[in-house]
Amino acid sequence: MGLVQNVGESGIEGLDHNFVTAPLEKLVNWSRARSSWPATFGLACCAIEMMATGGSHYDIARLGMEVFRASPRQADVMIVAGRVSQKMAPVLRQIYDQMMEPKWVISMGVCASSGGMFNNYAIVQGVDQIVPVDVYAPGCPPGPETLLHAITTLHEQIESGELLRRRAETGAGANIMIEQLDGQGQSELVTLTSKA
Amino acid sequence: MGYLRGFAVTAKKIFEGVTTKQYEGGKGGKTDQKAPKPERLHGRHVLNKYEDGMEKCIGCELCAGVCPANCIYVRGAENPPSDPKSPGERFGYVYEINYLRCIHCDMCVEACPTEAITETKLFEFSFSNRSDAIYTKDELLVDDDGRPQQLPWEDWRDGEDQHTSGWMRATAPSGKASAQGTVAWSGELGYGVRAPEAAQNVRTPIDAAIEAVAVDTAKAEEKG
Repeated sequence: MGLVQNVGESGIEGLDHNFVTAPLEKLVNWSRARSSWPATFGLACCAIEMMATGGSHYDIARLGMEVFRASPRQADVMIVAGRVSQKMAPVLRQIYDQMMEPKWVISMGVCASSGGMFNNYAIVQGVDQIVPVDVYAPGCPPGPETLLHAITTLHEQIESGELLRRRAETGAGANIMIEQLDGQGQSELVTLTSKA
Repeated sequence: MGYLRGFAVTAKKIFEGVTTKQYEGGKGGKTDQKAPKPERLHGRHVLNKYEDGMEKCIGCELCAGVCPANCIYVRGAENPPSDPKSPGERFGYVYEINYLRCIHCDMCVEACPTEAITETKLFEFSFSNRSDAIYTKDELLVDDDGRPQQLPWEDWRDGEDQHTSGWMRATAPSGKASAQGTVAWSGELGYGVRAPEAAQNVRTPIDAAIEAVAVDTAKAEEKG
């Protein structure tokens, strides 16, 4: 049995599934859902609502998320709040790459999700072109309650283990397939992967 | 001993009670409550029906034209005479709103000539999939009671399906000059037929003038 070897190589994800490890997996997912620290990534007006969510009226400390980490190495969830300009895109990707696995992304607001009303050359038309997004919060900006709904949706999915299984299968978060045009008249379906 | 003043502030705050709203996305059990919504909150849209079950949408695409984020996609089609969907000649046979683009500005509601599209006060929804975010006509249409459909990724509470957001019109539905620039609020009936705005019932001197001109023109045409 390669149980010890698997754990040595790929950590807790490498555990074989059996009746001993199933409760352990549940416990790990439970604890992951209850202390998913967000990375600070406020880019525009959505960040104001994100701060309001962190304030005492909505208080995401209730959900174990009160510490917005400035260092991506200590963060689990990246809340992309606001429009992402083309210049910001590589920075965003770098922050995502520096985050430790397992990591999740919430796309907050319509600008981050699809460019919103800024359908122009300066704004990335959807942050899921750069990083795999797990949950989208609609609105311009989403209120704290919408963000809380997105956060609890993400927590539910973390706890069920759904996201990690989906990622292992497809390599993508929300299973985005984008059509990549390479300028040669041919198009090819490319799946966004979290393993860069 | 200056720090005692700081402790005094802390001690005072202990007795002030908790300000936190215990909202947890509909998954927190009994304590999970929404804050009351403001009168003018713009939430997700609904496509309304008349009381006889006919759709109000006539497929004119004015909402799609006015949308600053280009999130609405409408296609109109001729009403089949045997089975009409709307009272007019045409109906909207495709109606889609992309909630990853919609900024809830309510301009579609202002533009709609038949009050077909209005907004509810639901703002607690999120998607884990991009295709969920595109609401089709089947999802936007109200049911036979005039209540919006409750989709699995939305957090509806009891009684909320009767609240529409306050909507406003910059101009009258018939283009009445007197009502231009008048902003009035509809009643909060939520579904079914709504009372007209007060400003549109009031007869102003301008109305009288317009009618007088119309009568004069008609007389002049009769004389040839």
